[in-house]
Amino acid sequence: MRIIVVGNGMVGYKFCEKWTAQAPAGSYHLQVFGEEPRPAYDRVHLSAFFSGKTEEDLYLAPGTWYAEQGIDLHLGELIIQVDTEKRSVITHQGRAYTYDALILATGSAPFVPNIRGVDKQGVFVYRSIEDLEQICVYGKKICAQGKNPQGAVLGGGLLGLEAAKAVMDLGLETHVVEFAPRLMPRQLDDAGANLLKEKIEELGIKVHLQKSTSNIEGSDRIQALAFSDGENLPCDMLVISAGIRPRDELGRQCDLEIAPRGGIVVDETMRTSDPYIFAIGEAASYRGMVYGLVAPGYEMAEVAVASLLGKMQVMSPVVDMSTALKLIGVEVASFGDAFGENGPHRPIVFQDQLKGVYKRLNVSSDGKKLLGGILVGDSSDYNQLIQIYKNGIALPPEPEALIVKLSGAESAFGSVMDLPDAAVICSCESVSKGRICQAVVEEGCETLKAVVKCTKAASGCGGCKPMVDDLIKGTLKGMGKVVKDVICEHFAFSRQELFDLVKLKGYTAFEEVIAGHGQGMGCEVCKPVMASIFASLSAETASAQNSIQDTNDRFLANIQRNGTYSVVPRIPGGEITPAKLIVIGQVAEKYGLYTKITGGQRIDLFGARMEDLPLIWEELIAAGFESGHAYGKALRTVKSCVGSTWCRFGMLDSVSFAIEVEERYKGLRAPHKIKGGVSGCIRECAEARGKDFGIIATEEGWNLYVCGNGGANPKHAVLLAEKIDSETCIRYLDRFLMFYIKTAGPLVRTAPWLEKMEGGINYLIDVVVNDCLGIGADLEADMAKLVANYQCEWTEAINNPAIRARFKHFVNSDEGDDNIEFVDLRGQIMPKLW
Amino acid sequence: MENLLAKYAPVNEPEVKTWFKAGPCSAFPPNAGACVRYQDKQIAVFHFTNIDQWYACQNLCPHRMEMVISRGLIGDEKGEPKVACPMHKRTFSLISGENLNGDCQALAVYPVKIMDGYVYIGF
Repeated sequence: MRIIVVGNGMVGYKFCEKWTAQAPAGSYHLQVFGEEPRPAYDRVHLSAFFSGKTEEDLYLAPGTWYAEQGIDLHLGELIIQVDTEKRSVITHQGRAYTYDALILATGSAPFVPNIRGVDKQGVFVYRSIEDLEQICVYGKKICAQGKNPQGAVLGGGLLGLEAAKAVMDLGLETHVVEFAPRLMPRQLDDAGANLLKEKIEELGIKVHLQKSTSNIEGSDRIQALAFSDGENLPCDMLVISAGIRPRDELGRQCDLEIAPRGGIVVDETMRTSDPYIFAIGEAASYRGMVYGLVAPGYEMAEVAVASLLGKMQVMSPVVDMSTALKLIGVEVASFGDAFGENGPHRPIVFQDQLKGVYKRLNVSSDGKKLLGGILVGDSSDYNQLIQIYKNGIALPPEPEALIVKLSGAESAFGSVMDLPDAAVICSCESVSKGRICQAVVEEGCETLKAVVKCTKAASGCGGCKPMVDDLIKGTLKGMGKVVKDVICEHFAFSRQELFDLVKLKGYTAFEEVIAGHGQGMGCEVCKPVMASIFASLSAETASAQNSIQDTNDRFLANIQRNGTYSVVPRIPGGEITPAKLIVIGQVAEKYGLYTKITGGQRIDLFGARMEDLPLIWEELIAAGFESGHAYGKALRTVKSCVGSTWCRFGMLDSVSFAIEVEERYKGLRAPHKIKGGVSGCIRECAEARGKDFGIIATEEGWNLYVCGNGGANPKHAVLLAEKIDSETCIRYLDRFLMFYIKTAGPLVRTAPWLEKMEGGINYLIDVVVNDCLGIGADLEADMAKLVANYQCEWTEAINNPAIRARFKHFVNSDEGDDNIEFVDLRGQIMPKLW
Repeated sequence: MENLLAKYAPVNEPEVKTWFKAGPCSAFPPNAGACVRYQDKQIAVFHFTNIDQWYACQNLCPHRMEMVISRGLIGDEKGEPKVACPMHKRTFSLISGENLNGDCQALAVYPVKIMDGYVYIGF
């Protein structure tokens, strides 16, 4: 089969991707014609071009991909004619190519309203990389001329706001001009749009609503916009983003049916009025509409591939116009019947002007189904809401809980087991819930590892891992199999049970525990868990049972690419004297280390060879440093802002308290790493609420927040106690940390630990503050013992010849690893790439 | 980099041409690994004390080409002795060298024998 695709934009590319993945190799010859000089790129994120992304970063696939797939890609070649009789296309160079199937993916062109003066210099459209390059050149030119240059964007829709971001990034004073009474009139209601406007204005962009532009003024270059209400906006550059016009001219030329409002008419299989010609993307008109979003275009590409392969797949009757994006830094999402125009509904609205959040859900009048909604300022619930909406899942009795989270309340989204089989769980590899359950039921996969191997789910970004895990456990439970939270095949116990066992029986070695309560020889999962338990019970150092430690704990440093290690001395609270800074610099120079400031207010020294580690530490310890435990699942840092000693806003001395807290808990090992922060006032410069514990000064004492983290799933810490003095704060911290250490699963940080805790934060407050279990004194005593038994692991290591002897790469040679190679990076070293 | 991997080919005990004397048993850590240099090769040697078994394999992890296997944690999967690479936790059988939790290339494994308190690796 000879297939010709006209257009190498996002949708045309998607067609190629789907086709080559599904059609039997050798059964076709695929040719693609693109009028732009470069292969398909990500038009949705065009403005990233201004924030430093290169052209190649935006490519959907490298130029070589097409050849690898056996696709003939003709770039810079325009199809000007289709001969439906001969079934051939003719290029602007007069070349003819015949087809058995023709795919028109010609996209759209920017709609330029008929305003006097649009041909003046300094007026641009926003569609292609060329457009952007021109905008860039012109913008820089007028910036160089100085005098506060003004840039305007005509159109306050999705694309217009993207364009506004681009203009702002160029350094121009930015204006958005919209004809409608609100921004994003197709996606947002008045309240949502108002909030978006406020947030955008906070960034310095000026928004002009209900403005009809009548004239573009200026001699040969633009100088101002004249509005029909007589007002005038001086501007030096204008970007028009007032909608799209389908590129249907080839369809018109060969007499395909064209929709009244433009676009080549297609049926639900993407066929046009000529059975050999298909149209997809923004060039196509389906059910009387042209869809200017990428998702419907992708669906069309998939349907066209299916039609050509004779598969039964048709376009959804109602095209999903859901979108979720970040516009100029503001999260905006809109899905389903966002305005409640399609029938009776009950809106549920949540608005928090202070935090800048607006959420609206449209619920069916019986309160059972979600019809659509709008999210501005916080779209973190979008993925779950869209699952509920798309799959028609029954809403909980109080649907408002879906958008208003009461701290401590259980998630209103319910169990992943309630999702229908078709729900896509892993979007990277598009693996459905049904496929995962099938792997468990029919293919005997009973662990996360087995399911990942079998289905590829969670093998991409890994964000769906918890959901996949819950599905496996839920499915196994449904099959009547006992699902116990066991740590691995060697121990039929949870971490908490093992912790209690070791404590009760007074075990002191891994071998005793596995001989008494486990089976086999252990593994990379249970050994570090046991090491952590021993450390949390007796403050034993990682060198005591060296062979059950992960490599970082075994060598008391962080392994990095190429097998060298990085060294992080403790710098409590981030406070350091010039003399100590000099020592770090001298050590780094002497051992040739790459130095970088860490996120936790300390200094990381990279590229240390294993045999140099004791020498490096000897010098650091002599200067008064201690191990920073950056290598351990242990307390890392307590970050601080400068606090009341220097800062004119400071309420309390955050640095001194951060140092006190860090000194107290240094070396404390836990199920996962622990980070803390202390801020001297509510401006929160130490970002303490992004930590496992965060302490924030108020006029009346400290507020203690717990269970936050940064990373892949950022969580703000929640309030545990307020207006407390330092002593009380430490007492609560002792209890909280010890309770976490005893009860959390392996490698579970405090935020997910709290999330899974029955009763949530209210229960945690009951345990820690109200001592409802009566264990407060015990927890404090356990912590006091750990604090008293602390010793610096590196001081121990350099003073103990047996430990020190372990830092050798070869057992039969004193030489180091000759495989390590470094190259220069801005005057420092980095591992050689291979 | 490919030629780095090409240095390592598995050796079966009956085919051994040279038994290399790597060092006294006492130089090797119990229930953990250590790295031995033999000509231009780096070999990881592991001692499982409770079953008193010794295993050897290439020190090079085929996943990201780092010389680190000897620093990995050892144990077993359903009775099969294994090592976990410290970099990304790929686990490899110490009997066959195969990657147990993914589709990485297998490690080359080498026979080990103990004589008069010394560890010998077969090449």
